[in-house]
Amino acid sequence: MLRRMRKSTVYFIAGGLIIFVVIQLLLSLGILNNYWRGIIFWGAAISMVALGLNLIYGFNGQFSLGQYGFYAIGAYASADITYRWVHSDPSGIVVVLFGSLLTLGLYVAVTAFLRRFYGVTVMARFTFYILATILAFAIAVAGLVPLLGPAVNSILQVLPAAISRQIVFFVALLGGACLAGIASFLFGIPVLELGSDYFGIATLGFTIIVKVLLDNTDTILPFPEMKGARGMIGIPQWTTWPWVFASLLLVILVMRNVLHSSVGRAIVSVREDERAAELVGIDAATTKVLAFVLGSVFAGLAGGIRAHDLAFLHPQSFNFIQSFNPLIIVVFGGLSSMTGTIITGFFWIFLLEGLLRLYLPEGFETWRLVVYPLVLLVMMLLRPEGLFGRYEIPFLRRVLPPLPTKTVEIQEEAV
Amino acid sequence: MNGRPEGIAPEIEARPVVLEMDNVTHFFGSLRAVFDFDLTLRHGELVGLIGPNGAGKTTVFNLITGVYRATQGDIRYKGAGLVGLPSHEIIQMGIARTFQNIRLFSNLTVLDNVRIAYHPHSGYGLVDSVLHTKRFRAKEAEMAEQAQEFLEIFGLGERRNDIAGSLPYGLQRRLEIARALAAYPRLLLLDEPAAGMNPQEIDELMDLIHFIRDRFDLTILLVEHRMRLVMNICEWITVMDFGEIIARGFPADVRKDPHVVEAYLGRQAVEIR
Repeated sequence: MLRRMRKSTVYFIAGGLIIFVVIQLLLSLGILNNYWRGIIFWGAAISMVALGLNLIYGFNGQFSLGQYGFYAIGAYASADITYRWVHSDPSGIVVVLFGSLLTLGLYVAVTAFLRRFYGVTVMARFTFYILATILAFAIAVAGLVPLLGPAVNSILQVLPAAISRQIVFFVALLGGACLAGIASFLFGIPVLELGSDYFGIATLGFTIIVKVLLDNTDTILPFPEMKGARGMIGIPQWTTWPWVFASLLLVILVMRNVLHSSVGRAIVSVREDERAAELVGIDAATTKVLAFVLGSVFAGLAGGIRAHDLAFLHPQSFNFIQSFNPLIIVVFGGLSSMTGTIITGFFWIFLLEGLLRLYLPEGFETWRLVVYPLVLLVMMLLRPEGLFGRYEIPFLRRVLPPLPTKTVEIQEEAV
Repeated sequence: MNGRPEGIAPEIEARPVVLEMDNVTHFFGSLRAVFDFDLTLRHGELVGLIGPNGAGKTTVFNLITGVYRATQGDIRYKGAGLVGLPSHEIIQMGIARTFQNIRLFSNLTVLDNVRIAYHPHSGYGLVDSVLHTKRFRAKEAEMAEQAQEFLEIFGLGERRNDIAGSLPYGLQRRLEIARALAAYPRLLLLDEPAAGMNPQEIDELMDLIHFIRDRFDLTILLVEHRMRLVMNICEWITVMDFGEIIARGFPADVRKDPHVVEAYLGRQAVEIR
């Protein structure tokens, strides 16, 4: 088994295990205090958001400022699930999980239905999908909650508290990611038709809309527990290092495997030349939606991780100004370098929220917001391709198929 | 039959129709780019489309491949209507094209350029790629092998890991044709394949075009400026000027046609001979 694996895979597994064990030990032994724990978890969350953005912007060429919007959706949705659960209300689980599943099922049906027609306009397509979404969640709220709620509740109550808690947390993370994916799908269908720059502005608008909605969760939206602009409190602090590590690993593996496949090549070809990609038979519109949804699912997952570590959510932390953070990280680490994005994500939080906040002289703490733009400026002047350029660690590097041995002989007789 | 010259051998006329364009008209705003264009290609033909700059030749290609939607008229590929279909679906039906100004994915490797064209036939989906299933590995290996075979046919086998943009011009043209053929099209549209080539490269190109037609059993429509190429390899020619067809026939006849001489060859006749 081990012999069949590539060397790079073995190194990756070994490196991952070492990092996991070392940090777990440091946390268990109390060498890293809660503050530094928060920094590490936050770094992981921001890395996931930035990886998603790198997929969208770095690999697919669509300039998105909306990732914080999806991050916020993931955070609030998963927080709401667990919040309700601790207040012995399973409706969050039922609505988000089963609502999302129902939505996905309806999407498959709608897609199959729309495929029977030629020349369906984007807005018509969008209308069908949004109606399907509304229908699915209406069914979930009105029908599934009374139907499945008690059942879910009793099953989870029977299990030991520690286990049911992990299950609920898993469902919350999954639900947050699903909701972010659904939102990005609905948003992406009409908006991805726009060119890259216009798309960027539209996604900025999306982030602002999400922030405004979050400010008014208790008035416009029917979620009094989110407490609008006062910030949501009482979220259980369930995020642990294994969860963080597993989520980040999942994001890395999924992204790597997708990029190293034919789907990934299609994604990159759209970045290179969208017109030419269409004229070699690649469905550019679908490819763009796919990359966008996948990237946003990553952001949603990161939101759930972050929410259950901080245990407090405030709309201000999902401000559109914040949505530039993942963009800066992606560009700083090197566009279309996963390695660069992950390392820079951690480094970013470590520097900005860790070192500078702690070690700037008293009274100068806000100067960190002066230091980092300066670092950015210098960076862009000296190394515009980003810290890592296109470098990848071997595991994330694309493996080229081996050259057949006969090549050389044939080459000689060819034209 | 519309859209064909008189006097083509009956055994060719008996072959099935591949591409049919009927009364196709296209406007850009109020500019009439193509007017009342008709063309019928039968299986295995190698046909030229010529005309002075701005005559609307590339627009015809763009109409066929769905880059533009024809304002009027009908375009059919093997009997199926193409007007209104998105480009990628038209390509997937079995039409391939190259571009006047090369449009390779120039930051990607030679191999990837060809493999991307295989994507619609990759045979596995997102789930397979995420989980790296057996199917994924099998199909991926198959694709790499096919792409390699292709590159070797075009003499690019050894350069497969080079970045496409770094290839010399002639090889980039070659790679573009290889990429177009990768998805096994039946109809190939070549948009000025000889642009920017020297006479020796043009000779090679002519051999290549004949070779791929026989090897891949293709029907080829060729837009070209270089008379030597068109006159030598095309079986018959359609001449356009200002969006309209002004002549149609065998190379020898077209060369003598007064309309053509006036519109086009008048200036260049010296260059031909």
